[in-house]
Amino acid sequence: MTMRKDLFRSGVSRRTMLGGMAAGVGLLAAPALVRAQAETIRIGFPVPLTGPFGAEAKDQVKCAELAVQQVNAKGGIAGRKVELLVRDDKLNAGEAATRTLELIEKDKVHAIVGSLSSAVQLAVNEVTRARGVIYVSISQSDTINEVKDFSRYTFHEALNPHMTTAAVAEKTFKKGSKVAYLVADYAYGHEMLRGFKRAAAAIGAETVGEILHPIGASDYSTLMPRIRSMKPDILCICNFGRDQANAIKQATEFGLKQSMRIVVPVILYNQRLALGPDAFEGVVGGANYYWGLEKTVPSAKAFNDAYKATHGGAYPSDYGAYGYTGVASLLLAMAQAGGSDTDKVVAALENLKYDVAKGPQFYRKCDHQSVQSVLVLESKKKADMANDQDLFAIIADVPGSETMLRSCGELGFPT
Amino acid sequence: MDLELILMQLFSGVALGAILIMVALGLTIIFGMLGIVNFAHGALFMVGAYAGLYIAERTGSFWWALVLAPLLVGVFGMLIERFLIRPLYKRSIDDPLLLTFGLGYVLVEAVRIIFGTDGVPFSTPSALTGVVDLGVGYFPIYRLFVVGLVAVILIALWLGLEKTKFGLIVRAGARDPLIMRVLGVDISRLWLAVFGLGVALTALGGVLAAPMRNVNPEMGALVLAEAFVVTVIGGMGSLLGAVVAGLGIGIAVSMTALFAPEMATIVMFGLMALVLLVRPQGLFGRPVGA
Repeated sequence: MTMRKDLFRSGVSRRTMLGGMAAGVGLLAAPALVRAQAETIRIGFPVPLTGPFGAEAKDQVKCAELAVQQVNAKGGIAGRKVELLVRDDKLNAGEAATRTLELIEKDKVHAIVGSLSSAVQLAVNEVTRARGVIYVSISQSDTINEVKDFSRYTFHEALNPHMTTAAVAEKTFKKGSKVAYLVADYAYGHEMLRGFKRAAAAIGAETVGEILHPIGASDYSTLMPRIRSMKPDILCICNFGRDQANAIKQATEFGLKQSMRIVVPVILYNQRLALGPDAFEGVVGGANYYWGLEKTVPSAKAFNDAYKATHGGAYPSDYGAYGYTGVASLLLAMAQAGGSDTDKVVAALENLKYDVAKGPQFYRKCDHQSVQSVLVLESKKKADMANDQDLFAIIADVPGSETMLRSCGELGFPT
Repeated sequence: MDLELILMQLFSGVALGAILIMVALGLTIIFGMLGIVNFAHGALFMVGAYAGLYIAERTGSFWWALVLAPLLVGVFGMLIERFLIRPLYKRSIDDPLLLTFGLGYVLVEAVRIIFGTDGVPFSTPSALTGVVDLGVGYFPIYRLFVVGLVAVILIALWLGLEKTKFGLIVRAGARDPLIMRVLGVDISRLWLAVFGLGVALTALGGVLAAPMRNVNPEMGALVLAEAFVVTVIGGMGSLLGAVVAGLGIGIAVSMTALFAPEMATIVMFGLMALVLLVRPQGLFGRPVGA
């Protein structure tokens, strides 16, 4: 209502209105080809805005929007504006598949980026694969690299469990270390466990026990006596989001840190912020991104600065960065392909060398896994923090190389 | 499987049970006395945690938070009873249920807007950090404190309801409000007080949980489920039922965790299903129609 009032107040005459309407009719009547040229490029973005991974998902949206804004500010792609269509997948595979199908069929998106849980991303991948739509996945999964789930439309911008666990284990496990595992009972947890055990076997560390817990548990106290009785040197907590926060908080509460080191495959910026320094103190984990990277990586500095400018001085989180790099790499490929033609964009993605936020990256030919560096971070204690956002020390930056990945042959691709 | 581990596991179960009792108390008291199924229970629990956080930050003391947050949220509960629930007493049981269900959403959304969605740190008070050697294993001092406090609250509640005149009136009011009115008792004020008490207990549960669990706007969702399981098994409205069911579930979960940890959460709901099949009114509930 108010909008219409303002329109009339601002002195738009009847004639201009009529003129505008005529132009609109003219545009509708124009040949389809001309209209397609001006059509916006739509990117579907299903993420779990509600639920235990909500904090991570919301930051992914902010970062993805930043990537879109930056491209639009430079005039879009081949003169076309880019639009991000965000949907809540509710951390549920069925919901995600429905939303994705809707994005493809109803909203006619040109590509999908997103999905934060490993199980959910596989559901999204099923849909995009069947419909021949490009999907840039931004959540950790090992199976999505394997031949069974692969399609030429599937790209995996996130690290995968194999990469993170190998890097983290290399920096924390020693020959003869006794390792216990606390694992969320779903795909992500199982894959992280497998990755750690594979790395442990190579290093010569010993597994003293593993405990599976249901996803989304709020109390881990009943698991603590058994973990202690295993007498490990290292406790690997393989879960995500608030599960990670709760498990670390209660392990600290039970004094486990006094006799063992806590290691996680992926250490989460948002959960560290939500729990505070005391609970996380000394916890070591892998990450794809941490803002502290800006000291050595120029693109990280640019990304941080752009994010800070639009979000009141806050820094982007690790999973947020996936939203940015996932969308930015897709848009770079679209720019090179000169539009949204799926085959051309796939070819461009396969040949893309990009460095948008975390150093040089590229998608490996056989499985479309993004080859990139893995950070190993240690959570600082309160006294060592320079300011409220100074959460982690980077203890290693393992450069990206194909040797970190399982070989194409091992994944089932013809070699 | 050595004895020490089993004893330790048993003790973890009792401590978890104490937390579950605390979580269910407010829900069962409000249902028992007022006959209202309070679906805003989880959200009020979460509001309690946030109120505790706010007060602890302002005063710099966990103890002030422990005292003031339940009082404040209890008063807030009285406002809810007076202005939202009271007009619905004459209607069917569904109306207050729907109202509190909606209220829960509003509270969660309000907290999201004020404090953000990410969750906020809440450290264990320094006097209660660390672990203590129980002889069979180490246990966090804070959890022992919670067990002790819940025991004190239960005794106080029991004495208050069984041994005081106020308790007598409350119990009578729950049985037959009409007769109580005829006898000249102001039932409205009584219900206001009981609802406030129930909400204050819920909020206290939230403050107590804050140092153990992640404080975030959604923390009440799981608590609501836990509280319902405990009250349904114990018998809706039964204080004794909440105590027995809380401890029983705590121990069952803990023992399951020892042998098949991935089943630990399911066992709660399995027990509830079993009780509903065999004894629908719950262990200590009054049979329907009695």
